Parts: sequence; C-alpha cells; structure tokens
Amino acid sequence: MSARDLLPAIVVLAVLAALPFLGLSGALLNFLVTTLIIALAGLGWNVLGGFGGQYSFGHAAFFGTGAYATAILQMKLGWNAWGALGAGIGLGALVGLAIGYLSFRAGLRGSYFALVTLAFAEVFRILANAADFTGGAAGLLLPLRPGLATLQFADRRFFVLLLVAFVGVALLASRWLERSRFGAHLIAVRENEEAARALGVDALAVKLRAIALSAAITAAAGGLYVQYFLYLDAGVAYGTWISVEALLAPIVGGIGTAFGPLVGAIALQGLGELTKHLAGGIPGIDLVVFGACLIAVIAFAPQGLLGLRPFRRRRKARDARAATVGA
Amino acid sequence: MYAPQILIEAALNGLMTGAVYALIALGLTLVYGVLHIINFAHGALLTVAMFAVWGAFALFHVDPYLAMVVIVPLMFGLGYGLQRFVIGPASHGNDNNVLLVTLGLSIVLENGLLALFSSDTRALDSDAALQVIELGPLLLSTPRVIGFVAAIAVTGLLWLVLNRTDTGRAIRAVAREKLGARLVGIEVDHVYAVTFGLGCACLAVAACLLMPTYYVNPRSGAAFVLVAFTIVVLGGMGSIAGALVGGLVIGVVESFSGLLLGDSLGQIGIFLIFILVLLVRPTGLFGARA
Repeated sequence: MSARDLLPAIVVLAVLAALPFLGLSGALLNFLVTTLIIALAGLGWNVLGGFGGQYSFGHAAFFGTGAYATAILQMKLGWNAWGALGAGIGLGALVGLAIGYLSFRAGLRGSYFALVTLAFAEVFRILANAADFTGGAAGLLLPLRPGLATLQFADRRFFVLLLVAFVGVALLASRWLERSRFGAHLIAVRENEEAARALGVDALAVKLRAIALSAAITAAAGGLYVQYFLYLDAGVAYGTWISVEALLAPIVGGIGTAFGPLVGAIALQGLGELTKHLAGGIPGIDLVVFGACLIAVIAFAPQGLLGLRPFRRRRKARDARAATVGA
Repeated sequence: MYAPQILIEAALNGLMTGAVYALIALGLTLVYGVLHIINFAHGALLTVAMFAVWGAFALFHVDPYLAMVVIVPLMFGLGYGLQRFVIGPASHGNDNNVLLVTLGLSIVLENGLLALFSSDTRALDSDAALQVIELGPLLLSTPRVIGFVAAIAVTGLLWLVLNRTDTGRAIRAVAREKLGARLVGIEVDHVYAVTFGLGCACLAVAACLLMPTYYVNPRSGAAFVLVAFTIVVLGGMGSIAGALVGGLVIGVVESFSGLLLGDSLGQIGIFLIFILVLLVRPTGLFGARA
C-alpha cells in the first residue's frame, strides 16, 4: 500500500481521535462510543459480506463470543483485561472458522448461508441464556475498576481513543483487502466462484480466511462493548440487533468499500438519534427509520452513500488515473 | 419415564401446533418455490395479521374465526401490493437484495407495531380457549383441534388452487421457467405478486387459528419465523407436501423436547435440526436435487 492509499484513513482517524477533546457532552461521547462499536462490527461484517459476497445474518455469534469471553475470562479466571480481550478476539475467529467450515464445505451460499448463520446465533443465544457460567438470564455485571490494566477509563474520552485505534486497524485491514492479492481472490470468489476456482483460486480457503478475519473484528467490537457498558446478557450479546446493525452500516455506507461501514454507522446512528429526538419517547421509531433506509438504499443507491454522485465522480477519476498509470 | 398418557398427549399437542406451523411455512415455501426468494418479512407479516385479528375482536367483537372472511383478503392485498410495488422494484432482480429488502420490511413492520401498540402482550378476552373435547382419557383443547383441521383443509385447498385452476397453472409455469412463461403471455410480475399475496393469505388464516389460544405482541411473529424456516428447509424449499410433513414433525419435536428439556432449552431441538438439515441435506426431505 502506498502513502496515497493510507492518507484518507489517517485523516479520518485523526479527526475521530480529536473529536472527544473538543468539549463534547457526556451524551455525545456515549453516542460516539456506540457509533464506533457498531462501525467496528460493521467493518467486520464487510470483510465477509462486502468483499466476499457472503451475507451473514448472524454476526451476533461472533460479537457475543468476543463479549462473553472478554467478560468471563476476567471475572471467573481473573485474567488481565487485555489478555481477555485478545482471547475473545481469537475465540471469535475460531467460532467463525467453525461456522464457515461447516457451511462453506456444505456448499451453502446466498439465502442458505444467511439462514444458517442466523440459526447459529440463535443457538448461541439460547445456550448462553440457559448456561450457568454466562450468568444465565440475569446476565453478567463486570466490576468497575478503572485503570489501564483493566481497560476501563474514568474519563470516557480515552475509551474513544481506544476504539479509534481498533477501528483504525480494521480500516487498514479493509484498505489492504482493496489492494492485496488475497483481497483480489476474495472479490473474484464474490463475483463468480466457479470462474475463480477455474483460475486456480482455492475458494474454500479464501472464504475461510475471510470469515475468520471478519469474525475477529466483530468479536473485538463485542469485547469492547462489554468493557464500556460493563453489562452483558444473552439478548445483548447474541441478539438479532447487532447482526442487523453490523450489516446495515456497510450496506448503507457503501458495501465492499473500506470506509462504507464507518460512514454508514455515523449516518444511521445520527439519523436514529435525530428521529428519537423529534419523535419523543415512541419506542422503535428509530428502527422504523433504519428499516426504511435499508429499503431505500437498495432501491435507489445500491452502492450506498459512498456510491452517490459526489463521491462516485472522484472515485471514477481516481480509477481512471490508476488505469493509465497501470498501462 | 413418563406415563403413556402424557406422551400421547404431548404427541397430539405437537401435531396440532405443527399443523398451524405448517400453514405458516406453507406461505414461505410457496413464495420460495415460485419467486426463489426467502421472505424475511414473513414473521412480521404474521404479527400484522395477528394484530388485525386482535383489533377486530377488541374493537368490534368479531369472532376470530369469522374475522377470516375480512382479514384473509386484506392480507392477500397487502402481500400483492408489497411484492408488486416494494420488494419487486426495489430489489432489481438480485437475490441478495431481496433478502435485504424483506429484512428491511420486517424491521419497519415490527417496530411500526411497537411504536403503535408498545411492547404489551395482548390476548383475546374470551373463554373459547378453555373449552375442551374429551377423547377417551384425553382432553384436547377445542380451538387447537379446530386449528388442526382448518390448517389441513387450507393446505388441501392451496394444492387444489395450484393444480386445478388457471392461476395455479400460471404460478407453476412461472416457478418452472420464468422466461418461457413470459413468452407464452403470462404476466410474470402479476403472478409473483399473486403468489406473495397467497403466502400472506396463509398467514392470515394461521393468525385467525392461533389467536384464540395465543397472544400477540410486536415480536410474536419472530418466534414463529425461524420455526417456519426450519420446516421449509426440512421439507424441501418450495415443496407443499414437505411443508405439511415438516410442520407436523417439527411440532412433535418441539413438544417432546419441551417435555424433556424444559421450556427454555426446548426450542434448541428445532434449531439443531435446522442447522443439521442445512449442512447435511440442504434440499430437505422432499426437495428436488439442486
């Protein structure tokens, strides 16, 4: 990757990192944290769904695994928070590999893959709700112990910085997918699996690597979620809300682009807050707007917000430039 | 071990629940068989129908079985309109887009109902739920027996519509070969919408049969939708006989796993079957080889 590829990412990250120090209110900081967590989960979804074309409806399976592992390893085994978060990310990737191995080897794609991922997330939710070590239906309450080793900050601004760092890593991974050989293989599998295989791409291996990376990023979002909110139950960890948020953000922002999930998360969460503000305390009204946005984006802007005209023209110009340089 | 009477009752209860499940799955499998899409809004549309039944009873004291006369055509119209004017045009003929559009629809419907009616659970305020039929030593709840019989009858009716009418022939032609059907003058968009409408009409019947013994809140349909997916996958996507058999099987499995594992873990049997069938034999019991 050249400096030119990295520049936009660095600018965006710098702006995000500077935001909390501009005197934002507590509510705005909370909003920023939620948005960044969803953006991170969406960046994870986008690796498999956007670049790989495999639409998962059950990314909660990875989010929840990351969250539960991070919480349980600290509470029951006394692990350091960093180690627990790392283990949560690793475990999320393993769960991704397992689900991916089972379903890709069985040849599931399209609607079937969406359904099987949804079912796996539901199985996890029911098990977590019934098991003892997850706290069952009562959930887990992480003790409040601010400090660098416990990854809890009395000052919320530092947590935003931590999130920005994670989003940055995920963003770089996505930029890398746009430029690397592995990314090209993944996109080839998305566009036409048979043709890719005929050209010598090991489609199963490519998809497995993609789902592991995708699950790891979304698991990180889960681990960070529990570190911030300090509470977890099966409905939060493995509920459909996060599966839906994780796919909405990239689709609305721009599916299969590095910045899509971030743009989508900011746009949707902002719109959601605005609706709640305007409509008062009516429950569910923000989600009605989300659902309508999803339909509208697919009907009128299949490339998402980043595919709209002002952005598209620039990208076309850049692609044309790249083509001339390449020739 | 359990007494034989408890086991027989569990099996019969399972069959009766399963018949209504089958009816819900029937709509899903019909839409899949013809449009080759998975309708994620199926559960939310069931919730809409259940609220309609509840509303008719609460406002006008209409008997839920009588309400069928109005609600079935209304739901058919809603389904026709949604497919013709929302799902069809919005998804540009791409399967992944259909998944997402119907997911969006389900989010809008479910949360729209939440905004209108809050998350309170509502039931019909009638004593019909308490009536029983005595069958030897067994006591069977009357509304559930009615539900069983009606669900089987509607399945038969749908089979007749598909096999003995011109509309049914057109639907089957479109399912088999879209382009060929268009070439012989069948309006494919219209047939798609009719099929979607029929799927919603099945939901309306199911809602009328469920409401006397069940309750409704904005999330009610979601509880049925994964069960319906399981049935459709088990029976074979697009197969009507498969939906019926799958529904009855799943009803019995749920009834027994609830008996053995308790309520909170009872549902897991269904999901495990779902995953297993998808992984081992995604064409299901009655599905054609892909």
